[in-house]
Amino acid sequence: MDILKFITAGSVDDGKSTLIGRLLYDSDAILADQLEALHASNRKNDDGTIDLAILTDGLKAEREQGITIDVAYKYFETDKRKFIIADAPGHIQYTRNMVTGASNADLAIILIDARKGVVEQTTRHSFLVSLLQIQKVVIAINKMDMVDYSEDTFNSIVADYQKIAAKLKLTDVTFIPVSALKGDNIVYPSTTMDWYKGDSLLQHLETVEVNRDNTAAHARLPVQWVVRPQTDELHDYRGYAGRVASGAFKVNDKVTILPSGFTSTISKIEMYDKEPAEALAGMSVTVHLKDNIDISRGDLIVNSAGEPQLSSAIEADLCWMDTRGLDTSLTYLVQHNTKTVRCKIREILYKVNINTLEKDFDEDFKLNDIGRVVIKTAEPLAFDPYQENKANGGAIIIDSRTNVTVGALMLRQSAE
Amino acid sequence: MSRNRLDYLDELEAEAIYILREVAGQFEKPALLFSGGKDSITLMHLAIKAFRPGKFPFPLVHIDTGHNFEETIQYRDEMIERIGEKLIIGHVQDSINEGKVIEQKGKNASRNALQTVTLLDTIAKHGFDACIGGARRDEEKARAKERIFSVRDEFGQWDPKRQRPELWNIYNGKIHKGENVRVFPISNWTELDVWNYIRRENIPLPTIYFAHQRDCITRNGQLMAASPFLNMDEEDVITRKNVRFRTVGDMTCTAAVESYAFEIDDIINEIAESKISERGARMDDKVSEAAMEERKKGGYF
Repeated sequence: MDILKFITAGSVDDGKSTLIGRLLYDSDAILADQLEALHASNRKNDDGTIDLAILTDGLKAEREQGITIDVAYKYFETDKRKFIIADAPGHIQYTRNMVTGASNADLAIILIDARKGVVEQTTRHSFLVSLLQIQKVVIAINKMDMVDYSEDTFNSIVADYQKIAAKLKLTDVTFIPVSALKGDNIVYPSTTMDWYKGDSLLQHLETVEVNRDNTAAHARLPVQWVVRPQTDELHDYRGYAGRVASGAFKVNDKVTILPSGFTSTISKIEMYDKEPAEALAGMSVTVHLKDNIDISRGDLIVNSAGEPQLSSAIEADLCWMDTRGLDTSLTYLVQHNTKTVRCKIREILYKVNINTLEKDFDEDFKLNDIGRVVIKTAEPLAFDPYQENKANGGAIIIDSRTNVTVGALMLRQSAE
Repeated sequence: MSRNRLDYLDELEAEAIYILREVAGQFEKPALLFSGGKDSITLMHLAIKAFRPGKFPFPLVHIDTGHNFEETIQYRDEMIERIGEKLIIGHVQDSINEGKVIEQKGKNASRNALQTVTLLDTIAKHGFDACIGGARRDEEKARAKERIFSVRDEFGQWDPKRQRPELWNIYNGKIHKGENVRVFPISNWTELDVWNYIRRENIPLPTIYFAHQRDCITRNGQLMAASPFLNMDEEDVITRKNVRFRTVGDMTCTAAVESYAFEIDDIINEIAESKISERGARMDDKVSEAAMEERKKGGYF
């Protein structure tokens, strides 16, 4: 059995929390005591049925305001798959929280209110999905019960959305008409929309193919920790521990250590008491090399047959996540895999108006702004373009005054 | 399906090991909080996989309420002996003796709330900058929102509205002096995942997780182990029951469930069919709907 990680995005009132609640409720993923708390709560729908949204609203402030502020993770499973839901807030002021939830998702469900159709927020959520390179998109057109389950309404929203998808190069989009409130096409196929022949949302989630393993990409192992027991019997033991970010390493593979550029050969791969023949993307391993070279945390071991870019001036997409705006005169920290170095934002190329997708040349980079920049790092980073290899193309910016994560970088190419 | 689609337990294990190694790489003085419960036992097993043949780059820390199941303490001491790692114990009794906390009175008295103070004192005394814990996001809805690296201020407080963005698998462990980070390597595991992993890896557990005979009383609709730590009166009737525990905490607030699950397979079947979630058996969460959120803000794990 495998795990599918998906994010749900929608604007306030699109019924996102109700949709997740319905998904959990109808797939029997709610335990008795949680159900009891749900029934005991005094929040009900207008028709007196239980408000399923309560299942996902975690924080007191959220319950008071009836909105989602931060990403909530929910877990459930069916016979076919395990699921991790990142329930992300839809409001523009929580864009950074949505980016947090989206960064690890294989699939995104974007909700559209059937009464309103494609709105500004739909564009924004779709833009973030394309920026973070989420492979699969489901457009759940919700509240179909409020538009008399009309096929025409559904079709016209699909046509409108396809224009956005084309603009953003979203190639894998599935449209499903649903009513989270009534339960149509969430877990069970709708009995009121016989014009829709596709899968229910859950059927789709159970069967959609996602390629998360990243084995086809070039082999990359960021070194996290050097295992050196320094005991009498293990005097010469020196293992480089890390999680394979992408690709596969085998014993006898020629490898290059970056940024130093030293080369060696893999002599052994360990996983505690096992010695697997290959270290594949996603595995946490300890590798040994034939030569005794200086390697420490922050170094990247790569297969010499496909080296990444090595540069200290890099063009990147940036999402700013802090209430203090970007200051191009300040020195920040950039953390890329296990390496952290000082950096500056050398140049802002442009910003994107995320509601209209137009370019904006306003120099002021504030909370939730997204755009293209050039960063200058104190030491070169060994990276792959995010578009080609997410696992070695994402980085964060840390404000060294506050230690807070203030920016997300999707690295694109060397700008040297 | 391609060749390396890892089984979900392999994937969860690899992620947890990665997080443990990030703690080792990013912090000066981390610690692993060890309660003797199955989640922290799982963490300890993962730490063995992450760091052997080297030593753990952190000690284990046990916050001892003094109201323990004796099976837990016996397990703890045998385990430390077996793995040869360092154990630091913070005693709630010391906090009481020093007048930092006052023992609760009445029928529902428990030391559970008091351990927050002992924990914060222990962190301060040893200067720990990161504490690894076995909390999971599926346990409770405030936990469902918590980051893997969760920053606490100098009062140990969690501010749910000001959490740092946490992207991909890049964890920002930068903090100011006096702050510390709580790290949750098994955030993405469910209760059933933990049990399936324990079975797969053949990890020994304290015996109270398995069905056994015990004297119990019923409090607020839940079965509690009769013990000298529980304030009892003539209304409390002791009955001998076949029970087991789903979590291991302070004896005064950890409820038992009636069970005939003597083997791990029985437990897994029981949980898979169960209709009560794990924290439903913790009386301390029942006080109010926002109970966990409030305690977390105050520095509770």
